[in-house]
Amino acid sequence: MSGAATVRGARDLFRSRARSAADLCRDAIARIEALDPALHAFNTVVSEQALARARVVDHEFDRWRDAPLAGVPIALKDNLCTRGIRTTASSRMLEHYVPPYDATVVSRLAAAGAIVVGKTNCDEFAMGSSTENSAFGPTRNPWALDRIPGGTSGGSAAAVAARLTPLALGSDTGGSIRQPAALCGVVGLKPTYGRVSRYGLIAHASSLDQIGPLTRTVYDAALALEALAGADPADATSASAPVSQYTAALTGDVRGARIGVPRSLLEQGVDGDVAHALATALDTLRARGATLVDVELPYAKYAIPVYYLVSTAEASSNLARYDGVRYGFRAAPAHRLHPGSGGQDAGPHNLKDMYARTRALGFGPEVKRRVMLGTYVLSAGYYDAYYLKAQQVRTLILRDYEQAFQGPEAVDAIAMPTSPTPAFRIGERMSDPLQMYLADIFTVSANLAGLPAISVPCGFTSDKLPVGLQLTGRPFDEATLLRIADAYERDTSWWKETPPTVSAHPAPPPAHPAHPAHE
Amino acid sequence: MLAFAMPTVLTREQVSAIAALAHLDLDPAELDLFARQLGSILDYANQVQSIDTAGVPPTASLVVRQTTDRADRVGPSLDIADTLANAPDPDRTHLEGGFFKVPRVIG
Repeated sequence: MSGAATVRGARDLFRSRARSAADLCRDAIARIEALDPALHAFNTVVSEQALARARVVDHEFDRWRDAPLAGVPIALKDNLCTRGIRTTASSRMLEHYVPPYDATVVSRLAAAGAIVVGKTNCDEFAMGSSTENSAFGPTRNPWALDRIPGGTSGGSAAAVAARLTPLALGSDTGGSIRQPAALCGVVGLKPTYGRVSRYGLIAHASSLDQIGPLTRTVYDAALALEALAGADPADATSASAPVSQYTAALTGDVRGARIGVPRSLLEQGVDGDVAHALATALDTLRARGATLVDVELPYAKYAIPVYYLVSTAEASSNLARYDGVRYGFRAAPAHRLHPGSGGQDAGPHNLKDMYARTRALGFGPEVKRRVMLGTYVLSAGYYDAYYLKAQQVRTLILRDYEQAFQGPEAVDAIAMPTSPTPAFRIGERMSDPLQMYLADIFTVSANLAGLPAISVPCGFTSDKLPVGLQLTGRPFDEATLLRIADAYERDTSWWKETPPTVSAHPAPPPAHPAHPAHE
Repeated sequence: MLAFAMPTVLTREQVSAIAALAHLDLDPAELDLFARQLGSILDYANQVQSIDTAGVPPTASLVVRQTTDRADRVGPSLDIADTLANAPDPDRTHLEGGFFKVPRVIG
């Protein structure tokens, strides 16, 4: 395996001048060209811009040598705004939208020396669990091309799993980093709410959304978080809590760590192979010196209904801005099916018809469904019964976790499977939205409680589909979470296994003789 | 516990009213589909009604940051031409005035 398959490896190749940033960039683009026609992980690839940027980094080698992500090719979920690069959120509504600014995470990764090679496919406006809700077609799972990669950051997970880029950013509103990471056999970290600035993230549900990395290793996730985390004047919800040296926390020592297992929650609907992989993973952690403790999260079983009431309410408000005025797409007057008043082409009805037709044509079915549900639960007469009630139960879920993380019986992390099942087949759940929502049973509560959570590869099903172990931690204590996940990774080799689509296209030969840095 | 029963199936008229609030021009097939699907999702979500939440405050946000003062300094803004470049106006006449244009509302 080429060293460029990890962030650390790619950076070290750059630092040692074994590979230039342009070499690393060309390798990534060549792999995308070879594999992406089958995977469709990317909506947009910016080969020229990426190579131009890589050449600048090579030219200024002394300046970039010590940058934490110097020369590393990366991918960004297509709901992160990139100045001058179209950003679609996988929606017709934004098909031609070119942001006039970079998201804070994009600026931070650029400052750390990373090179953006493209924008990855996702569910439209990050709504879904499979990346099938993309207006541009689904992404395929590198482990089985007839299966979904998970979602909503499915393109990012597939890109990292297929070794297209060693780092991709995702966003996680109800599991959208962790679940695709699990289903594609990579590491996915959702930081604490507020740990990473959301400025420039196309909003889905603002009290739940958080940006985070997808990588091959826990070390790489820690490295990425060091670059991403921190307060941002442009995001009033970003936290000013100090940013740790996350990579320094990876000591491999989990002796005395207490890991909670919510056994009663895990009794319902977990696939047999997934349950077996979880049990084996817990044994591995125990053998390393961690203590397993039973915990109760009595309200966690209500997380899905609470999530779909809260997130759709917020989404219906956030998506109100897409009205055909500022984001590129507008339905032509000829598209009006139900003209407001006698076919006149002026007057308030004309404007409202334009809004309603633009939204009807620009949004896909799942987005419409959620905007409708959110509008309903916020409407007069139903607000108290649904939205307010859900917010109260959210408090109870939050208290469950607070209790588990506090007091003499406190645990350091809570372990669950990331997803109750492995990747399902493309098309299998598309006709039943509720069935699709149930895929999120173990991931949504971390968003409702704002807690950091990570998914690490923990085995395979008998069909050779990846399974993920999810660890949820205390707020702003990503260091402990990463330490436990890294220790687990050290005792396992799941993360090293190569998907069949990648074996068919092996990585480029490592370390050619050094190219001159100054071209 | 509630003064009214939760609907498990929405009528086409109810769905149509929600669509109007959401500014979504749905066709009749979509109205029927959403009546059925939203009904079943709400039916599932109704399990929260059985939870006793008396005296429990709602959680709307998890923001931990204290509100702080900052200097009132003028900083850079978005580039107007880049921003207006996303306007759907095909003849680009909006660029002259520096505005986004909407369809005529006054006859």
